[in-house]
Amino acid sequence: MFEAFDAVVLARAQFAFTVSFHFIFPSFSIGLASYLAVLEGLWLWTGRQIYLDLFKYWLKIFALAFGMGVVSGIVMAYQFGTNWAAFSDKAGPVIGPLMAYEVLTAFFLEAGFLGVMLFGMNRVGRTLHFVATLAVAVGTFISAFWILSANSWMQTPAGFAVNAGGQFVPVDWLALIFNPSFPYRLVHTVFGAYLTTALVVGAVGAWHLLRAKSAEGGGNDGARVMFSMAMGMITVVAPLQILAGDQQGLNTLEHQPVKVMAMEGHFESYNSGAPLVLFGWPDQKAGITRYAVDIPKGSSLILKHSLDAPLAGLDSVDRSEWPPVAIVFWAFRVMVGMGMLMLALAAFSLLARMRHRLYDWPLLHRFAVAMGPAGFVAVIAGWVTTEVGRQPYTVHGLLRTADSASRLDAPAVAASLLAFIVVYFVVFGAGVFYILKLMSQPPHRGEQGPERGQPVRAAGLTPSPAVAESLATGREA
Amino acid sequence: MPFAFDLPAIFAFIIAFAIFAYVVMDGFDLGIGILFSAIPAGRERDSAMNSIAPVWDGNETWLVLGGGGLLAAFPLAYSMILSALYAPIIAMLLALVFRGVAFEFRWRDPGHRPFWDFAFNLGSVVATLAQGITLGALLQGIVIRDRGYAGGWFDWLTPFSLLVGVSLVCGYALLGATWLIMKSEGPLQERCYRLALRLGIAVIVAMAAVSAWTPFLRDAYWLRWFAWPQVLFTAQVPLLVVIVSAVFFFSLRRRHHYTPFLMALGLFTLGLAGLGISLYPYVVPPAVSIWDAAAPNVSLKFMLPGVLVMVPIILAYTGYSYWVFRGKTGHEGYH
Repeated sequence: MFEAFDAVVLARAQFAFTVSFHFIFPSFSIGLASYLAVLEGLWLWTGRQIYLDLFKYWLKIFALAFGMGVVSGIVMAYQFGTNWAAFSDKAGPVIGPLMAYEVLTAFFLEAGFLGVMLFGMNRVGRTLHFVATLAVAVGTFISAFWILSANSWMQTPAGFAVNAGGQFVPVDWLALIFNPSFPYRLVHTVFGAYLTTALVVGAVGAWHLLRAKSAEGGGNDGARVMFSMAMGMITVVAPLQILAGDQQGLNTLEHQPVKVMAMEGHFESYNSGAPLVLFGWPDQKAGITRYAVDIPKGSSLILKHSLDAPLAGLDSVDRSEWPPVAIVFWAFRVMVGMGMLMLALAAFSLLARMRHRLYDWPLLHRFAVAMGPAGFVAVIAGWVTTEVGRQPYTVHGLLRTADSASRLDAPAVAASLLAFIVVYFVVFGAGVFYILKLMSQPPHRGEQGPERGQPVRAAGLTPSPAVAESLATGREA
Repeated sequence: MPFAFDLPAIFAFIIAFAIFAYVVMDGFDLGIGILFSAIPAGRERDSAMNSIAPVWDGNETWLVLGGGGLLAAFPLAYSMILSALYAPIIAMLLALVFRGVAFEFRWRDPGHRPFWDFAFNLGSVVATLAQGITLGALLQGIVIRDRGYAGGWFDWLTPFSLLVGVSLVCGYALLGATWLIMKSEGPLQERCYRLALRLGIAVIVAMAAVSAWTPFLRDAYWLRWFAWPQVLFTAQVPLLVVIVSAVFFFSLRRRHHYTPFLMALGLFTLGLAGLGISLYPYVVPPAVSIWDAAAPNVSLKFMLPGVLVMVPIILAYTGYSYWVFRGKTGHEGYH
């Protein structure tokens, strides 16, 4: 029944589905790991119980999100081989070492200290526990560094040669790792992760502020602190992110101009001042953007910083080089739209803060709740823009997607795609439900962490420091 | 060779080490999943789960290193093996998803705990079976043409690959049972002593069956094991298996806490040594050797310092993490 589909299209659908699902979790846990480190650091520094409560509150959520990130990530590590065998053979000598370094320097660090971070508070003492939290947070960064280097190399390959077997062979590792788009992508992605986390934390805080108000509870200190911290983060990072996005756009124009043409919906070239198409429907077959609403010369102003600068369009390259224009065009607009809304939330919260109304402005809180998922939407839309915009290549300009796939029959790929869809919706649907259930509880004083029934005393030959530690914390509490 | 070192051989050893570390560490936590239906719900299951909750994630990272390392060091082998064994690999990945999330989900949703416990159990069985089938199918050999897989979609499904799959399920279950002997006390420990005895017998029978079958798969394996004079060397492996098994059963009878797990690890070490003897220097038998499949030397040279520096550090903090959670688990919290 699946013979009608093209095996490569199915393999692309499977990769897009699994990687999008996967990236939801790291884009949240990169920021959340840093937030947890900040909360625990504040607790150690000030000794205030509220930071410990918030730490434990978010730690339970982190445990769920991180677990889902791990299991969906293992799938990615193998999918290059199962579905993209030709790509793995040819690009493996370049991509492989970067991923191996990611495992060696990041994954083990995160996984090795995650157990201590989740369950070890009563076993290792405060300082060592903080070290574990920091190790996990640093691990998420190192991981982002390597995997974004690998991805960026596929966008803007550098520092390599091609051998007789058609394999990409590294020549200059520094040039390869720090390829032209990597620094921009790294900053843009990390800011995106920070914003995603801050929006979620802010939404949860705002939700509990609204609920406390309706219940006449007088507000929850934990909700206030997390809301304030999240809004502060968004106020700082949202404008920086827009700047970073602009810089990445300019970098893309330099190295992958066809992608920018698709993002802009420019089928035709403009000799003097290209318009900024706000909305429209790119018709790939006809080669025009229908129903376009545009600002004259706007695109030249943004991309070239000059009203009359000429800008080439898709008509300047062969059709076989075009990515699917409508997807790139719309995904880009969704991302930018979310960014603008984030900027609006940042401005609103700054106004509320200056008027000392951060905790009693229901409209702001409702806006923040509504913006809770905006980070995820923006992150996925951004990745769709850059990945679909790289088509029809896996390694930009050098290795076509059609030449990258495994020799699999369409029914095999269709069956696995179907299995992934069913399993991911069941498993991660349940996981997201559990996360929302945790979030629906306000943070409590003396919040319980993820430990359950972990022994406070080890019965081994050497007693662990747990007894003394639990007595000490018990006395202080 | 322009290089003083045979880098592909070094990396073959490194990948083998990663696989060994994976089998040893994820083996016992998958094993606990396999045994989950034999452990009554409630306190015993919770204890069993608590004994691996802090470490399973680190254990599974070795699987990512195995995959990532294979891609980096032997990209051709990575692409051939994974696309040839598409069905079992995908089954393994999906099964690992189910069992991985069960660690947290079963605590978050007591109403559906039986469902997530079942997911943990079935996921562990399917993942292990798929790993064993993958190994069996690799030993049989993979049909290759033009740097790609050229066989049929069900080549992996043979009596031999199924035998290896079932053997691995028994093996991981043995690791799980002996791990729990070490980490638990009371009724759960007593139950695991009984399970370990039966599983020990099953594993030795399975090892004997796989070992007897393997030399008949290919002449190369036969020669590798029985040609004179290396038979003097290879004969040590079955001899050691006999010794380790004897110590294992003796320690069970004497109710030792640590020895059964160590002996189970010993059996796995010997099994992997046997596998190495059969395969080396082929990574995708019958045609692709480690030198055919290796990434260019420049890639291997870039990774070597990373591996040499990072792996000892990783082992150190992994050891630390195990040390933090040492001793018997999950008892006190339930009183």
